Amino acid sequence: MTEPGKSEMRWQRKDLLGIRELSAEEIVFILDTAEAFKEVGTREIKKVPALRGKTLVNFFVEPSTRTRTSFEIAAIRLSADVINISAGSSSLTKGETLKDTAKILEANHADLIVLRHSSAGAPQFLAERLTSSIINAGDGAHEHPTQALLDLYTIRQRKGAVAGLHVVIIGDILFSRVARSNIFALLKLGARVTLVGPSTLVPREFEKLGVAVSYDIDEVLPSADVVNLLRIQHERQRKEYFPGIGEYIRLFGLTKERAKLLKPDCLIMHPGPINRGVELDSDLADGAQSVILEQVTNGLAVRMAVLYLCGGISA
Amino acid sequence: MLEAEAIGRALRRIAHEIVERNPELGSVILAGIPSRGVEIARRLAGIIESLRQIRVPTGVIDVSMHRDDVGTRAELPRMQASHLPLPLENKTVIIIDDVFFTGRTARAAMDAISSFGRPARIQLAALIDRGHRELPIRVDYVGKNLPTAPGERVRLRLENVDGEPDAVWVVKEKT
Amino acid sequence: MNTLIRNGRIIDPANQRDEIGDLFIVDGRIADQSAIRNPQSEIAEIDGDNLIVCPGLIDLHVHLREPGFGWKETIESGARAAAAGGFTTVVCMPNTSPAADSPSTIAWIKDRAAEVACVNVLPTGAISKGLMGEELAPIGSLAQAGVVAITDDGHCVQNNELMRRAVEYARMVGLPLFDHCQDYNLVGSGVVHEGYWSTLLGLPGWPSAGEEAIVMRNVLLAELCDHHIHCQHISSAGSVRILREAQARGVKISGEVCPHHIALTDDAIQNFDTNAKMNPPLRAKEDVAALLEGIADGTIAILASDHAPHAKFEKEVEFDAAPFGIVGLETELGLFLDLLVHKNKTIDLPRLIEMFTTNPARLLQIEAGTLSPGRAADVTLIDPELEWTFDAKASQSLSCNTPFNGRKFKGRAVRTIVGGQTVWKL
Repeated sequence: MTEPGKSEMRWQRKDLLGIRELSAEEIVFILDTAEAFKEVGTREIKKVPALRGKTLVNFFVEPSTRTRTSFEIAAIRLSADVINISAGSSSLTKGETLKDTAKILEANHADLIVLRHSSAGAPQFLAERLTSSIINAGDGAHEHPTQALLDLYTIRQRKGAVAGLHVVIIGDILFSRVARSNIFALLKLGARVTLVGPSTLVPREFEKLGVAVSYDIDEVLPSADVVNLLRIQHERQRKEYFPGIGEYIRLFGLTKERAKLLKPDCLIMHPGPINRGVELDSDLADGAQSVILEQVTNGLAVRMAVLYLCGGISA
Repeated sequence: MLEAEAIGRALRRIAHEIVERNPELGSVILAGIPSRGVEIARRLAGIIESLRQIRVPTGVIDVSMHRDDVGTRAELPRMQASHLPLPLENKTVIIIDDVFFTGRTARAAMDAISSFGRPARIQLAALIDRGHRELPIRVDYVGKNLPTAPGERVRLRLENVDGEPDAVWVVKEKT
Repeated sequence: MNTLIRNGRIIDPANQRDEIGDLFIVDGRIADQSAIRNPQSEIAEIDGDNLIVCPGLIDLHVHLREPGFGWKETIESGARAAAAGGFTTVVCMPNTSPAADSPSTIAWIKDRAAEVACVNVLPTGAISKGLMGEELAPIGSLAQAGVVAITDDGHCVQNNELMRRAVEYARMVGLPLFDHCQDYNLVGSGVVHEGYWSTLLGLPGWPSAGEEAIVMRNVLLAELCDHHIHCQHISSAGSVRILREAQARGVKISGEVCPHHIALTDDAIQNFDTNAKMNPPLRAKEDVAALLEGIADGTIAILASDHAPHAKFEKEVEFDAAPFGIVGLETELGLFLDLLVHKNKTIDLPRLIEMFTTNPARLLQIEAGTLSPGRAADVTLIDPELEWTFDAKASQSLSCNTPFNGRKFKGRAVRTIVGGQTVWKL
């Protein structure tokens, strides 16, 4: 087999720590690779041997079922062996440091470590010290790169391209790693981004990142091509930030009434899990504009692509 | 080494052999390995159609994720989505590649096909067989045998893929 | 042993001296030339050519970590680090274990220092018991035990009423009050300056207002109680502005600046380097500019290190979990020389010396920081042109948590003399 002599982008990273350091080219490369992996999900035997013999550890210091399951299935489809470690069951509870725990994983031949941690910078901390591939599944409020990638994949698939679209992200932006990764990815691919939410959770400072900030959701919705709703996080919410769910829904919830302002082909997205009736009306979550379930399917393909690319780089 | 006319002859020879050895042409699928294998499969289907007025279905088998050398290569090959007309049961899938060398690509292709289903038969066609196989795989339909030294590279250009006229030539690898 | 330092540039701001000359040390004290006219006494000669000869430098914000945290630093190693940095006197902070809130702990520190420290160690005592900000510590007894100031450094009294009473009490016993200015509510779980970088990286922000609110509080209380409050490690433009305005009205309020707050800005944390994590945090360019202005116009009249050693294993963790602070004694002089004198030309050398000698001595009401005859011979010799590179591994401190490893400097203390004895030389 021979390859046509195009000048090709080469994937050279052993880790995926965030979107911020990726070039637009690299992002597109991941999305293109994900296309190929999406097809695997349609085969009778949904398995390819790409990561056969490799061990992947899902190290979820911050718990999550959805993301962990997605990574687990992705790894299994690539024929990797998967181990799941959560904080509660790990030696971290006995006072072992993150570094020591990870070094032991490496000594046990973990080729890839998917890390979710409540501390921003934790994946980078490990990547600097281990030869294993580190995949960031969410670090504090910093980044959640695979979520942004699957969001972009979904947008690209439905809309053809990301450039030129107006993407509106609504909710608790300040504490959201999904928001940050999405902002970086969307801007790199040429989209226009507007953030909407309570001013305590969407400070104007964000404008310095190159996005618009608005506190008037009704004004922004009509020009949106994509609306990405973020979960209002109870775990991290403090009462100092906004006075409660009722007020949030009144001011920022995507109700059926508000949804009438949307263009008919506007996409409604949500990283999940959804607070039905809070961020968006329950029927809208299941309606024609919603691509929420597609996001999940696409998430699998995107994660397969990421694991394949990072795991496939010879150390 | 080879020019457009010789390549055309080689393709016609393959097409004839396929037709001869597969009386049930309706159960044949030509699965091309990207990128040039796909173009060759397309041309073969065209020739077969002109011979027997039967349009043999074609597909694409991307082998990147089935390769046995993932993790040892310095760079990863670009992938494409595979596509095969289903179901494969009772079908004869003919893998179409441009250059047969070590046999590893063909092995990966068989691996890929098996995740789609279980065809009755798998056969292998290659425009060029340059020798030096490393696995016990033989080519069923060869367009041209082209003996080469291990350090050499076979270069192939096809009009619809590369925008240049069809050509095959051998280049010595710079050490 | 008597000593003669020959031909150095003697900079003694307290005596308005800046001239080439000889300095005599007799029996551990600065001496008049006449005192040495005894031909029988042996005189060690030190060549002061091209060197600055100044009163021993004073650092009034140092964490020596003993009692209780000896793996980070000990009084002995901290003193050696001070000497290597050119400091003859350090003022140590009370956030030890136990906290320095009882006379017995102060006695322990003083005894230990007398035993093992090669420089003068002056302890501070706590404002509140256990540094908890709830009840007054026995400030009077601490004064009698020999503290030179009271502070809850590491912590900050939030209850303004308690702080007011502490100021009044400190006034009674004549102790200055130092404050680590941090409003716990405004700051919350902040770890980096609230600004562009905290927004970009999703790290909890430590807003400037969190420091300014307490600086303002201290201005009001200093005025109300007519007593001196010294605001530690000033980091924000707003704080400088508040201090300037208050000083113009004659309020007894002062501030100090640490070198890292002018050497670095908040972009230093973009790779989650825990050696850029300190409290208060590194701030923005505008803040650095304001601090320089404050130093230039005298609003900020004291420089200090906030030397905060932590063991490698403590700092080599994820950013959130890392303790705040960096070591500073051995890079302090080099950094200030570089940033204030060489690069930004904010102040001149004599002024720099003054900020390390006369001014802290006056604040602490101690007899140090001058080369007046009869004073203890604490002398620092500085080569202002010496180019050197800081190697953290070769430092005297037990810890090497610093972002300045490998940094090049011009200017270094080459000899530190305490009580007439050379305790360190290059």
